[in-house]
Amino acid sequence: MSHAYERLTPGSRRAGAAARLTLGWQHADRAATLREHYGRFGPPRREPDGTPGLLDEVAAARLTGRGGAGFPTATKMRAVVGGRGPAVVVANGMESEPASEKDQALLARAPHLVLDGISAAAEAVGAAEAHICLPRTRDWLVDCVLAAVAERQRAGLDRIPVAVHELPHHYVSSEETALVHWLNGGEAKPTTTPPRPFERGVGKRPTLIDNVETLAHLALIARYGAAWFREAGTREASGTMLTTVTGAVSRPGVYEVEAGTSVGDILELAGPQPAAEAVLLGGYFGTWHDVAAVADRPFTDAGLRPAGAGPGAGVLFVLPAQACGLTEAARIMRYLASQGAQQCGPCIFGLPAIADDLAQLAAGRPDGDPLSRMQRRLGVISGRGACRHPDGAVRMAASAVRTFGADAHAHARRRPCLSAHRGRQQTALLPVPRPLAEGDWR
Amino acid sequence: MTLKLQLDPIACSGHGLCADLLPELIELDEWGFPMLADSVPPDLAAHARRAVNACPTLALRLARTRHELTTRHQGATRRRLRAG
Repeated sequence: MSHAYERLTPGSRRAGAAARLTLGWQHADRAATLREHYGRFGPPRREPDGTPGLLDEVAAARLTGRGGAGFPTATKMRAVVGGRGPAVVVANGMESEPASEKDQALLARAPHLVLDGISAAAEAVGAAEAHICLPRTRDWLVDCVLAAVAERQRAGLDRIPVAVHELPHHYVSSEETALVHWLNGGEAKPTTTPPRPFERGVGKRPTLIDNVETLAHLALIARYGAAWFREAGTREASGTMLTTVTGAVSRPGVYEVEAGTSVGDILELAGPQPAAEAVLLGGYFGTWHDVAAVADRPFTDAGLRPAGAGPGAGVLFVLPAQACGLTEAARIMRYLASQGAQQCGPCIFGLPAIADDLAQLAAGRPDGDPLSRMQRRLGVISGRGACRHPDGAVRMAASAVRTFGADAHAHARRRPCLSAHRGRQQTALLPVPRPLAEGDWR
Repeated sequence: MTLKLQLDPIACSGHGLCADLLPELIELDEWGFPMLADSVPPDLAAHARRAVNACPTLALRLARTRHELTTRHQGATRRRLRAG
């Protein structure tokens, strides 16, 4: 099978490296078949009907969501169980974060692990239907998951068949209310909450929406239990996690690490450029930092919170020493501004305005005082959209101004960037997908 | 129990009538979209109701909430409940 995903975990034995979800990946150039999958992990354990087993195990494992929000998975499952009517399970494989590759890597290498997780979660919450949402732009990935689903049907595996859906791939289309809206026949745009999906989601039923990596961990907890899961990680953050390390590193790719591994150790796995000074943590909704300021911090919610950061979707982008962080931030902001659902005023008008301010700063062509204008705008956007798209974009822009403050002040006075003295980097660094056609939300 | 203004940001199209009628609690940003104060003091309840009724898109709502359930908490819950 040919597909776009080529980078693989090099199977490193360095500090923090782990191989649970990624077990066997270094020897594979395609998806594991059901037979290979069982060879790696053994068959799923079947619980007798009506046992609360898995919910308690997931709670004891302290599994948290791996899609960016880090919410306790068991809490979400219990909320769905407590809802009215038979539940629905939705696996979120949209991965609209352009710098992240971990979800597509997981689905392309170990689709059965995710499907096991969907099946186990569906059993645990008593779901009557199950769905997996994938981006329409990644047809190779859709083929791969469809093949795995067909293989399981032939083997008579899943009591509840998993429906595979292809959604338009806008940045906000991976938001959970957007998935629900689309599955209910609407556009893949976020909706106003409440009601939240766990209360009233697909077909107005309580709906459990989990990131595909979260479900893969859940599949392993169902097999090996909570105690095993917590053998990796720390007290505060258990298990392992997938990260995507890109930018100025010699071995970019997807790395599985123990939760609690420091930022510096994760970067080391990928071989960072020694002179690199700045890193974007979390993704395009993430935050920029001096490498030195965060290198010793655990790449977890609690570890990064004092630095005003979070692991988000597990992205670490190393800014090349010769590149200008403001220029990269301006490009990301322009992209995020174009990727809103065009529903809420502060997002429709605020994000492009901030993107303009950043672009003026980055280009050293200020019109008035873009720095203080932007600071004022950055303060009034957060929390005012239906979804958190504007909040994430604003956080990224604010962190760029903080981290590249010296550059920002120099640019504001029409001086060239400090980075410009070290040589010019003209090539685009961070991937910025071409926006889809305006009307393509369905 | 306390009164609180709530905005449906998707329904709001920035007519700005609410800020005209209730400048004590509602301010417009530079693009004309309302920014709301956290809670409505009892002496402004009648004015708040008038602002709610004046909204052409029915985007503004006056809700009774418990003290502990402020916008900030609701926002945090929503953020934490986002997929995954």
